[in-house]
Amino acid sequence: MADTSVKDTAIGVEEKEPLFGKKERKLLTDPLSDNNPITVQVLGICSALAVTSLVLPSLVMAVAVIFVTAFSNLFTSMLRNYIPKQVRMIVQLVIIATLVTVVELALKYLNYPVYKQLSVYIGLIITNCIVMGRLEAFAMANKPWRSFLDGIGNGLGYGAILLIIGVIREVFGKGTLFAGTGIELKIIGPNADFLINTTESVLFGWYTNNNLMVLPAAAMFIIGILIWIQRSINPKLVDIS
Amino acid sequence: MNSTNKVIGFTLIMTVFVAVLLTGLREVTKEKAALNEEIFNKRAILMAVEKHLPDGKKVKDLTDGDVAGIFGSNIEQVGLNMAGEPVEGVLAEDIDMAKERKKPEADRLLPLYVYTQGDQKFYIISIRGNGLWDEIWGNIALEGDLSTITGAAFDHKGETPGLGAEIKDNPGFGTQFAGKSIYDEQGNYTSITVRKGGAKDPKHDVDGISGATVTGDGVTEMLQRGIKYYEPYFAKLKSNI
Repeated sequence: MADTSVKDTAIGVEEKEPLFGKKERKLLTDPLSDNNPITVQVLGICSALAVTSLVLPSLVMAVAVIFVTAFSNLFTSMLRNYIPKQVRMIVQLVIIATLVTVVELALKYLNYPVYKQLSVYIGLIITNCIVMGRLEAFAMANKPWRSFLDGIGNGLGYGAILLIIGVIREVFGKGTLFAGTGIELKIIGPNADFLINTTESVLFGWYTNNNLMVLPAAAMFIIGILIWIQRSINPKLVDIS
Repeated sequence: MNSTNKVIGFTLIMTVFVAVLLTGLREVTKEKAALNEEIFNKRAILMAVEKHLPDGKKVKDLTDGDVAGIFGSNIEQVGLNMAGEPVEGVLAEDIDMAKERKKPEADRLLPLYVYTQGDQKFYIISIRGNGLWDEIWGNIALEGDLSTITGAAFDHKGETPGLGAEIKDNPGFGTQFAGKSIYDEQGNYTSITVRKGGAKDPKHDVDGISGATVTGDGVTEMLQRGIKYYEPYFAKLKSNI
């Protein structure tokens, strides 16, 4: 133990790593578009389909995943030199499961109604491939601070896509935004009270809710279209062949 | 250290550490979490008599202390058997509806909350049934005549958000029940029907949710069967008056 810590500081002195250097910023921004966990790596699709029918659960799921990826990355990276190679996956799973259980207990203690609403989704974090993928691909080979940033970055990239899907599905499936929160807005369709509301007609007053949007299948289409758009406009992802 | 010993040693330390951490955390949060759950369930019951809360408050405006206070002073809890007789030493809040459903029908216990506000008495009954994906349940408050519904609140385990989940998320669904009657003019038991395509009978029908036919039928079945369980008790009450 003494050996490694000495080695770490020695390297640290040599390189003089800044807290937010170019590399660190890249760790945060890369997963947002160029290397997005959902649209580029195609990880975490299961939960992206399951929880995105409304904006609120998408948002909470995003926050929970950011927390879990960030801290499981951090802890795995701190332990990376001690984790025996043979059991590393099991160790990673234990770290993830522990963090998820902590989140669950904390919610139960602090805000029971939210816990009740999300209990199923919280368990879903454990099965989220992004978390495990980042541990295996990044945290096992990088230092704690960078791993932590990588976790936050990937969580954000995942959350951003979740929110986009959530907004599209809620608006077209239910005609509202932020349903279930205090600021629920009825955006389109009959009785819309948010956008242009003249005496004669409401904006898109003729719109009938699309029930397909409420089903998980809609998220699959939306993810497909998002991948398509991203691949056509992002030069790094254009498939030359 | 050879590698097998290292693996065993590492996993052992990790397991003990995680186990102690999580057990400790659970022990610390257990009491508060149980209290939170109790208050959460009590709020669900008060939802059915929301119109008649002291000072015209809404359930969400009540503090945890208010909820406990109302249960202490305004609510009498009764546990009934299927013959409609109160069971000694059983409080309504101790009856787990999910477990009762698994028992043979004749052995079940029924929770009843008698809510007194001023000189009015309301009888809050709990019902449970099946929706499309999983269980649904609700609390129905009857007025002193034991026929007119004054309020109803529903919840569900896993109905589709935006469709079946509207029985809980859309406050308009529960409020439709106010003023409906579970008996027709001849005194025959009719229950309430969730009608697809809109209510026909103003006294005994409510509007269904479009796209959620199965959940609606589940609610109808649950009401039909669940309210009937309380009939023996109601009959006794009526003969005493």
